[in-house]
Amino acid sequence: MSKSLTIHHQDTLEDHPDTRSPDTHQDPFAKTVFGFWLYLMTDCLLFATLFCTFAVLHNSTYGGPSARILFHLPTVFGETMILLFSSFICGCSMLYALRNAKTKVMLCLIVTFLLGVSFLFIELSEFTDIVQGGHSWQDSAFLSSYFTLVGTHGLHITFGMLWIAVMIAQIYRLGVTTNTFRRLAVLNMFWHFLDVVWIFIFTFVYLMGVI
Amino acid sequence: MFGRLTQEAFVHEDSQNMAVLSMLLGGIMLMALLFYLKRWRWLWEEWITTVDHKKIGIMYIVVVLIMFMKGFGDAIMMRIQQLFSVGDSHGFLSAGHFQEVFSAHGTTMIFFVGMGVVFGLMNLIIPLQIGARDVAFPFLNAVSFWLFTAAAMLTLVSLAMGKFSTAGWLAYAPLSSLKYSPDEGVDYWIWTVQIAGVGSTLGGINFLATILKMRCPGMQLMKMPIFVWSSLCALVLILLAFPILTATLFMLTLDRYLDMHFFTVDGGGNYMMYVNLIWAWGHPEVYILILPIFGIFSEVVPTFSEKRLFGYVSMVWALIIIAFLSFIVWLHHFFTMGASPNINAFFAITTMLIAIPTGVKIFNWLFTKFRGRVLFTSPMLWFFAFLLNFTVAGMTGILLSAPPVDFQVHNSLFLIAHFHGMVIGGVLFGFFAGFTYWFPKFTGFMLDEKLNRYAFWCWMAGFLLAFMPLYMLGFMGATRRLDHYAAETGWHPLFAIAAFGAFIILCGASIQLFGLFWSIKHRKKLWDHTGGNPWNGRTLEWSIPSPPPIYNFALIPVVDQIDPVWAQRDQRQDLSERKYEDIYLPKNTATGFYIGLWSLIFGIAMVWYMWWLAIISFIAILVLMIMRLSGDDPHDKITATQVQADELAHRRGFQI
Repeated sequence: MSKSLTIHHQDTLEDHPDTRSPDTHQDPFAKTVFGFWLYLMTDCLLFATLFCTFAVLHNSTYGGPSARILFHLPTVFGETMILLFSSFICGCSMLYALRNAKTKVMLCLIVTFLLGVSFLFIELSEFTDIVQGGHSWQDSAFLSSYFTLVGTHGLHITFGMLWIAVMIAQIYRLGVTTNTFRRLAVLNMFWHFLDVVWIFIFTFVYLMGVI
Repeated sequence: MFGRLTQEAFVHEDSQNMAVLSMLLGGIMLMALLFYLKRWRWLWEEWITTVDHKKIGIMYIVVVLIMFMKGFGDAIMMRIQQLFSVGDSHGFLSAGHFQEVFSAHGTTMIFFVGMGVVFGLMNLIIPLQIGARDVAFPFLNAVSFWLFTAAAMLTLVSLAMGKFSTAGWLAYAPLSSLKYSPDEGVDYWIWTVQIAGVGSTLGGINFLATILKMRCPGMQLMKMPIFVWSSLCALVLILLAFPILTATLFMLTLDRYLDMHFFTVDGGGNYMMYVNLIWAWGHPEVYILILPIFGIFSEVVPTFSEKRLFGYVSMVWALIIIAFLSFIVWLHHFFTMGASPNINAFFAITTMLIAIPTGVKIFNWLFTKFRGRVLFTSPMLWFFAFLLNFTVAGMTGILLSAPPVDFQVHNSLFLIAHFHGMVIGGVLFGFFAGFTYWFPKFTGFMLDEKLNRYAFWCWMAGFLLAFMPLYMLGFMGATRRLDHYAAETGWHPLFAIAAFGAFIILCGASIQLFGLFWSIKHRKKLWDHTGGNPWNGRTLEWSIPSPPPIYNFALIPVVDQIDPVWAQRDQRQDLSERKYEDIYLPKNTATGFYIGLWSLIFGIAMVWYMWWLAIISFIAILVLMIMRLSGDDPHDKITATQVQADELAHRRGFQI
């Protein structure tokens, strides 16, 4: 897939001055995408470890509230929808990049960014509700593992948004070149990956928590 | 302003003051030397800002040598302490300081010597063996190196500022929790290991992408040199294991900094989970160290037996099976946890299974020598020593894998003797073999063979004297981490022999260090006049000049079999007919160095609770990364005429 993408993309770039890799023995697109897959797998294992600890500790409420009392499913469902939709829009930015539609790419990224902001906002207000209700992460092992798992995902979303902001600036300045296209592809992988991780959090932490 | 850093942090025992003073003096002398020789610019332009894998590899080895001296100093201190601290005498180290010393010894040796050796050799050898001009991500490679170095420096900082962890090299919870280790020691350990671990993960990604994406035409997976195969297996382990370490340390950090309850005794935490998680990383980690060493011996043995490697395919499968099994044995490190007999039995059996693929490798090496023309050069001597020590330590490992036996000798000196047999007899001896073997490739001259042999015999005798008594002491009931014991135990003579052995090893290490400088001084006499293949090696790194040109291969080679250089050695090629092309190489950059520097500052700030500095340094790292990653990837061009001139000049120098 990656090869067809670059080839297709290079056609659209015929008349763009470009910083295409000068070394004919190297295909930076394939290398970077593959390297980033490897990185995502390590990140996946990091989350897997946190999921494991959550699985071990989710009943250690230490006299405090359990998941059933704390979680409010409709809010979390809203968060899920926002994130799924942002993933779709982020994917659209790739399609527009292939057509070299600079403005539309930026528009898609801005929408993704705003959806990310609203996701984070809801998550943080959910966190503050729990903490203000008198149940901070210091109260039980269950709450520690809950805040850590969901918080680590939130931290990833935050860095992803920083990345999106930088990406918007790059597309604005440079347009869609081989370099920015490659970076956009990798950013998309990152954003979709976070979406997948969230689906697991939604299922294992929230849905199974309130059953 | 300075968090919890007070003047008290600079007050230490005499022995530590000595170490700090000599470290400072050494540093000042080195700086003065650089000024005197006017080498600052050279250091900056040729080394610190480099993204060339060969130079980064050499820098890894230099850091390894420095950290080895530190870790070895710790070992000598422990041996002296245990020699004198009997009965009424309490030795020269306080109990608390002794705990710091053994924690620092383990951390240094595994993270900065062992991992440094692995990544140093991968940097030096892998691109050359797969016929590539560089690694997949040269800048990332520099970042990995500088993170590794920053972490190593953080352990040195802990000598001068405050104290290091007293909780052992794996900082078992709950001892490492805030309640039982309230001072900065464990935090030093956490940030040291965390920074080094991130560097290792990034390095792992980089080299796995290099091996899978950048092999020269014709080099299918089953035609790769065994060192590349063994590295590939180790890299897969790095990618699968290090994230577990990162997550575990992250949770321990949250326990200590934000008062969470993952591994605490109260609040519903589960401290055995820490032990499980840390060994889920820790066991693959020891295979990450040993697998590339198997690769080194698989290069050394055929070369010095003048025969192809026996059983290439079985070797590859043995590596893959070992890599797989290494993930399902972690519980054997704590059979005494009290899991059910069935669980212990499962892990005992998987542990014993590892002996089978390892045995396959041992026999493959032996059969490689069978009817070969075995040359007793010093790399081969290291191989023989490895064979003996690794087999003995492997057999004691099989003993330990039986839970009933393990319950008797758990955490005793028997265990210490076992894993030092693996790590010294395996990893370190293997590194020495590889160091001697590949030294001429990167310098153009050989190491002095006579001094090598003296060093070898010291190491061999010293190792046996230092560690065989520990097996006996383990059976007699001596546990690890003893800073004092009663005279009635009757252990003193054996501890005395072990201390004597450690000093023989010290002699060996000193001879090696001296030999390095001696060989550099007499490099004209030791020059390799064969033009790059002094040992009659058979893999691609021996087909190019030594030291290799910055672009490694003027023309990307094409291979059709496992031992390409042996197949081609009789075919003389007319150089004037080869068609060269322009070569593009990534430009030097100081960004990697700055990221490492800010990581060091970040580590210090986090250890001492200087939150403002931690935030500044974190933002600095982010900004540096964004700036580098959103810029163009600048390249230098070497023209085809230049390449041709280089190649011809080299060939004229070594007309065969």
